[in-house]
Amino acid sequence: MEFASKSANEAFARVSVAAFVSQLDPTIEEIADIKTSVSEAVTNAIIHAYPNKDGVVKVRALLYEDEIEVEVSDTGEGIENIEEAREPLYTTKGNLERSGMGFTIMENFMDELKVESIVGLGTKVTMSKKINKALQKNTY
Amino acid sequence: MNVKHFIEDKLLIFEVNEEIDHHTSERIRKRADYEIERFMPKKVIFDFKKVNFMDSAGIGLIIGRYKLTNSFGGELELVNVSNKLRRVFEMSGILKIIPITQNFSNEKTG
Ligand SMILES: Nc1ncnc2c1ncn2[C@@H]1O[C@H](COP(=O)(O)OP(=O)(O)OP(=O)(O)O)[C@@H](O)[C@H]1O
Ligand SMILES: [Mg+2]
Repeated sequence: MEFASKSANEAFARVSVAAFVSQLDPTIEEIADIKTSVSEAVTNAIIHAYPNKDGVVKVRALLYEDEIEVEVSDTGEGIENIEEAREPLYTTKGNLERSGMGFTIMENFMDELKVESIVGLGTKVTMSKKINKALQKNTY
Repeated sequence: MNVKHFIEDKLLIFEVNEEIDHHTSERIRKRADYEIERFMPKKVIFDFKKVNFMDSAGIGLIIGRYKLTNSFGGELELVNVSNKLRRVFEMSGILKIIPITQNFSNEKTG
């Protein structure tokens, strides 16, 4: 799905992905983790990728047997130093009361997080999570 | 957001009743700052009972209000924080300086 980089769309994006993943019968905690992570990635695209203009944010979600993969991409400013950006508390927008915890939350709430970015071209965040890990539903 | 003033105790309670993200936190912040600045409370309580979603915007929101309240010599406390929200707060380490109280009720005094 694609939408304009308006903050009102943040809720729409995370609720859509949550509805999509519900097919895999996730636990309440797993849904919460995915919703929060999607919200982080989409918010980043809205505030950091397009700070002074409107742009397009793309969200793709794929379901595997017991896993969801979500890709959030923009064609905005890009990130100069990805390693630094992923560190806890690192933010370039402290003046806007950002806490620099977005990537840390995605990393902790999902199983895998990949960040690709080219300055001037945009950023793509790919994250995945196994569903129903605790229940081991595929073992019987 | 529902706001309760307790004049004698110099206590201010913010009952947040919506999801907290980048979009909603700006409005919450403006209202909270307006109330804190004119009331200069000894204590500010954020009640999260009716909040069923919060991302990192909530961390920034609480740190900012903590600093403002502190600048007037007041304290800040979080109440009725669900496990879901607690996990987000825990990421940031702010719970080391901002206390959480569970099962908080202000019904009788309100
Ligand atoms: N899509 C993006 N485009 C450009 N820069 C980005 C993007 N996503 C993140 N960044 C950069 O990486 C930094 C860290 O991002 P992170 O989400 O961890 O923190 P934050 O957004 O600054 O604060 P928080 O998410 O806690 O509100 C940002 O401050 C920004 O400089
Ligand atoms: Mg962020």
